[in-house]
Amino acid sequence: MRSESARRIPGRLAVLTALLLVRATCADVLPDDRADLFYSKYSGGGMDITGESVLVRKKVTENFALEASYFIDKVSGASIDVLSQASQIKDERKQKTGTVEYVHDKTTYTASFINSVERDYKSNTSSFSLKQDMFGDLTTLSLAFANTTDTVGENNGTANVPIVAWLGHAGSKSYDVDLSQILTKNFIAGVNFNVITDQGLLANPYRSVRFIDTGNPKGYSLGSQVYPDTRTSTAVQIEGKYYLPYRAAITGSYRYFRDTWSIVGNTYELDYTHPISNIWILEGRVRYYKQNHADFYSDLFDYADEYRFEARDQDLAAQDNYTIGAKVTYAFLPDGWKMFKRATATLDVSRITFHYLDFRNIKYYGVPQYTPGDEPLYQFNATVFQIYMSMFF
Amino acid sequence: MRRLRPALLAGCVLMTAACSNIQPWVKPYERDRLADPIMAWDRDAISSAYVDHIRESREGSRGASGSAGGGCGCN
Repeated sequence: MRSESARRIPGRLAVLTALLLVRATCADVLPDDRADLFYSKYSGGGMDITGESVLVRKKVTENFALEASYFIDKVSGASIDVLSQASQIKDERKQKTGTVEYVHDKTTYTASFINSVERDYKSNTSSFSLKQDMFGDLTTLSLAFANTTDTVGENNGTANVPIVAWLGHAGSKSYDVDLSQILTKNFIAGVNFNVITDQGLLANPYRSVRFIDTGNPKGYSLGSQVYPDTRTSTAVQIEGKYYLPYRAAITGSYRYFRDTWSIVGNTYELDYTHPISNIWILEGRVRYYKQNHADFYSDLFDYADEYRFEARDQDLAAQDNYTIGAKVTYAFLPDGWKMFKRATATLDVSRITFHYLDFRNIKYYGVPQYTPGDEPLYQFNATVFQIYMSMFF
Repeated sequence: MRRLRPALLAGCVLMTAACSNIQPWVKPYERDRLADPIMAWDRDAISSAYVDHIRESREGSRGASGSAGGGCGCN
């Protein structure tokens, strides 16, 4: 049986938290300084991608913070449509990000630059965002703009001896409006709206269309993809987070997507977060995604250059996928150590099952019972593994 | 005119309300649950950006769920 003073502790903590919150509402504050070490591995569809990353975030003053991160991922193997052209992939992507954040009263300004380099692809993104707390801090409105310029190349050599031909450029502009709203003591809701416009060389040079060719012993031949030079997409996501009667949270979200290539996508996600005694946080999630195909996509065209625009990129095919994932976070150093106030270690594992509804597995060609267009539909499973440590100081 | 009075009165009340500051219906001292780390939209930005990048490399949809980093995801 707990003593009277022990029973008062949660109440006192609540009052203290409330007083701190009252103080916090006087002006916006920047998040804690932190350093993260991150490792990831994606395995699926014949590909293995490992990623390593480090992130450091430091407040220079109470109003001004800097953040830098470095990410490197290494690709080995190749996806099904790359394999169907008998080329093996071994590649590496290095991404550097620098962010400056400034808070003044209820407004947070963020400027960021991302540079990503692969041997056959270079990308630079500049972004600016503004976050404003309003109406007694019940509402947070964020506006963001990002401009990306890409240089697209193709490796005509081998995985080990690359010969890169630079094919052209692509650019995109992204506009975001996000609104987060406290509705009750236990419920917060959000709406995210995004528009992206692309222009330039948008086709993936490593993927090909195929068309019926009776002169070819396979029954089909491959040709170059031709994409439109422009694309505009719109996405709207609504989400809600509810604090359950016991200490746990449930999050639900739905996203609707459509673009000028006639792709319509729907995403549903549910997430359950359950802490155990301020040391462990357990999280489980499920996600379902479905899309139809782009209007210039076909698994098998009737003849070469049948249409002005043609694609057989699996990302543009009709598909659905299911994700089931679990995450465990362990909090340690509760009393701090040297310059660190606290730390967490996180393990996150997801399993994704991809089903393609009009993209066929042409690796099966050669088995007598399959003629072009009758191959089995492609499907594969992927495992995404993440482990990372965060130190707060 | 008598019939219009209630409508005018209601209009005046509404206009007065619109000009005053909106009072938060969830007071700052009632937000302890919302301040719990389990209620954060995104606890680990580095992980979210990585997952978004994977999804955008394999799905036609994009946007409205956080930043996804750069690169083509060609393979």
